Amino acid sequence: MTLSTKRRRATTLTAVTAALALTAACGGGSGGEDGDGTPDGPVDLRMTVWSANEGHHEIFDTIADAYVEENPDLVSSVSFEALPIDTYVDALTTQIAGGQAPDMAWIMESYAAQFVSSGVFANLTPAFSEAAGYELDDLIPGAIELWSSEGDLYGYPFSNSPFGVYANLDLLEQAGQDDPRDLIASGEWTYDAMMAMAAEVSSQTDAAGFISSGDSYSNWNGALGHMWLSWGAQPWSEDGTQCQFTDPEVVEFFDWFHTQAFERGATPLPGEEFDFASGQAGLMMSQMSASTGLGEDFEWDFLPLPSGPAGQVSVVGQGGVGVLSQSEHPEVAADFLAYFTNPENSRLLAQYFPPPRTSLLTIDTLAEAAPNLTSEQIQTAVIDQSVTAVTKMGHPQMSEIADPVRIALDSLWQPNSDTASVMSQICSDIEPIISGS
Amino acid sequence: MSSTSATARRGEPSLGGSSRRLRRIDAVVGLAFVAPVIVGVLALGLVPFGYVIWYALHDWNPLVATFDWVGGDNFRALLSDSTVWASLGVTFTFAILLMVLNVTLAMVLAVLLVQKLPGTTTFRTFFFSPVIVSTVAWVLIWNFLVASNGGINGFLATIGISGPNWLRDPSWALVTVVVIQVFKGVGMNMILFIAALQNVPGDLKEAARIDGAGPRRVFTSITLPLMTPTILLVTMITLISAMDVFAPIQILTEGGPGRSTTVISYLLYRTAFVQQDFGYASAIGVVLFFVVLAMAALQWGTRKKWVHDEV
Repeated sequence: MTLSTKRRRATTLTAVTAALALTAACGGGSGGEDGDGTPDGPVDLRMTVWSANEGHHEIFDTIADAYVEENPDLVSSVSFEALPIDTYVDALTTQIAGGQAPDMAWIMESYAAQFVSSGVFANLTPAFSEAAGYELDDLIPGAIELWSSEGDLYGYPFSNSPFGVYANLDLLEQAGQDDPRDLIASGEWTYDAMMAMAAEVSSQTDAAGFISSGDSYSNWNGALGHMWLSWGAQPWSEDGTQCQFTDPEVVEFFDWFHTQAFERGATPLPGEEFDFASGQAGLMMSQMSASTGLGEDFEWDFLPLPSGPAGQVSVVGQGGVGVLSQSEHPEVAADFLAYFTNPENSRLLAQYFPPPRTSLLTIDTLAEAAPNLTSEQIQTAVIDQSVTAVTKMGHPQMSEIADPVRIALDSLWQPNSDTASVMSQICSDIEPIISGS
Repeated sequence: MSSTSATARRGEPSLGGSSRRLRRIDAVVGLAFVAPVIVGVLALGLVPFGYVIWYALHDWNPLVATFDWVGGDNFRALLSDSTVWASLGVTFTFAILLMVLNVTLAMVLAVLLVQKLPGTTTFRTFFFSPVIVSTVAWVLIWNFLVASNGGINGFLATIGISGPNWLRDPSWALVTVVVIQVFKGVGMNMILFIAALQNVPGDLKEAARIDGAGPRRVFTSITLPLMTPTILLVTMITLISAMDVFAPIQILTEGGPGRSTTVISYLLYRTAFVQQDFGYASAIGVVLFFVVLAMAALQWGTRKKWVHDEV
């Protein structure tokens, strides 16, 4: 090998090495440092949110401006940074990993247990208790349960949106189906009855029969988690350390859903996409907040969740906000959050987000959050259910089990799959992860 | 010209010193030109890679602010992690399939479109245009086309064929993603091959024809060997870019169904940003780096055996 060849090879390898380093290297920053929470002067606070809605941000800014005006020595500004909801947790993690942790962050209920139990969120109770006129007792116990640990509050569930069923009454009529409200009146509003209607819509029209608010096949907890509760299914123990996917109730639920998709055609198959707001589906299970996206293109109604084998279980999906332990100013952020969520400002936020406060659980308040719903719809599908509603389940290690469960479920979402063996596989895959939690 | 001649006549010592000085100036100017690239490579390549190795030696969960030294534990865990091995298998399958299909199709298109016939410019534009389309936009459009109830199956249904669930059937998903990627990138390789074809000296081909070679023999014995430097470049670039494919997987399949499309770079992403195990993900990144390096080195090392004019 000549010198020039060696040199050329070395140069080339260096270039390739450098190019590959660009590929392989991702992220940066240090492990993060905690501040002492006692800043010398006014600080800038930042809250990550998943909403870019101008109306939402107008209210946030109004509250923040008032706080800054009242506390000029404490806070100089509060900014609200919108991150895409589909990759919200990923983006939040990236910020934290990069040493740019926000002071406050929204989080979905599915991650609440994880953020509370692992210390990602700081304790809010001291700040909320000291805040004048906060009325901690006004918070609905069931609403804050998921966000509490050992009597202390770590997150504030600013949005409590009940799940229900949106029915495209025009499509149902086109498919020759009875009005579902008659089934509710006669006590026959069950999951089976709902799917029977959906199967007819699917076979009689070009539309899908039933869809969930998320993709049932990739977003398993988001799309199905509020349904299996009506089977009495609990895929994991209360403390999250035991896998219960093999329990008969869980197997029965997944078997039932598989039948609806692959045998009855009541719900779209994996990979098929339909949009309820565009009139492409007869029935959609989603939260009250989805009503804001519906117009008057077709006649629709918002109905309570149907009954399953274990009866009717009302379910609420939550969005919570907390102060990150890794915030540079956790005490100031907690003080701002106490102001942001006090009774007065909760009433402002209630224009868009159903609040967790008993005093605000009224038709007048909720009508502002869902202007497309009638008073009757709010009363029957929201308020009446709120008393008994349970919050959708989360797991203390949701980020770690989400992928293994999704991957194992992929083999269920095929024709002629064996539900029981898939559930066993899920437990085999996640037990090593959760048993130590 | 006269100045150079005069200098030469003045004697060797002066000529040598001047030559060295000129070479030094050349070297300084050359370094100045490449300095931005060197700084860029150091700042954006080698330094971050050093960090990645450092992170790989730690158990790092940024959410809960843990950053504990674990030495080689992450690498030891990798060796016994069947998920990583399966993912490497998917990655190799994806990369080799993509490279073979892409290079073959690009060559065929180049040979066809290098002809001076009416309409070739239009076809070249047609095949090259996906290259300048945003990857995300390209993949999103294909996501609709290959959906179970999408355009392709709709078309197949009109001719009586029931198409598969392209992205949700484990036996089709990887092939579907490969084909989408091939259509996205084949235009660039086609252009490179067309340029190489146009650089093949016409007199060599003419000489071969005079010696009785037919069109196929001229292509295999004259054209193809002279194109091998370009083929080397194209295969290296295609293979390396295939090894770190991410966006199509994220948008189209999320690594599924099952793990049938979980390539190693996607596994790295899910491990870091979904499971928040940044230390382990960094270890995967280091392994990915050396795997790609080894493949590139293998290609480079074997070039003498098949690349024309390599010594």
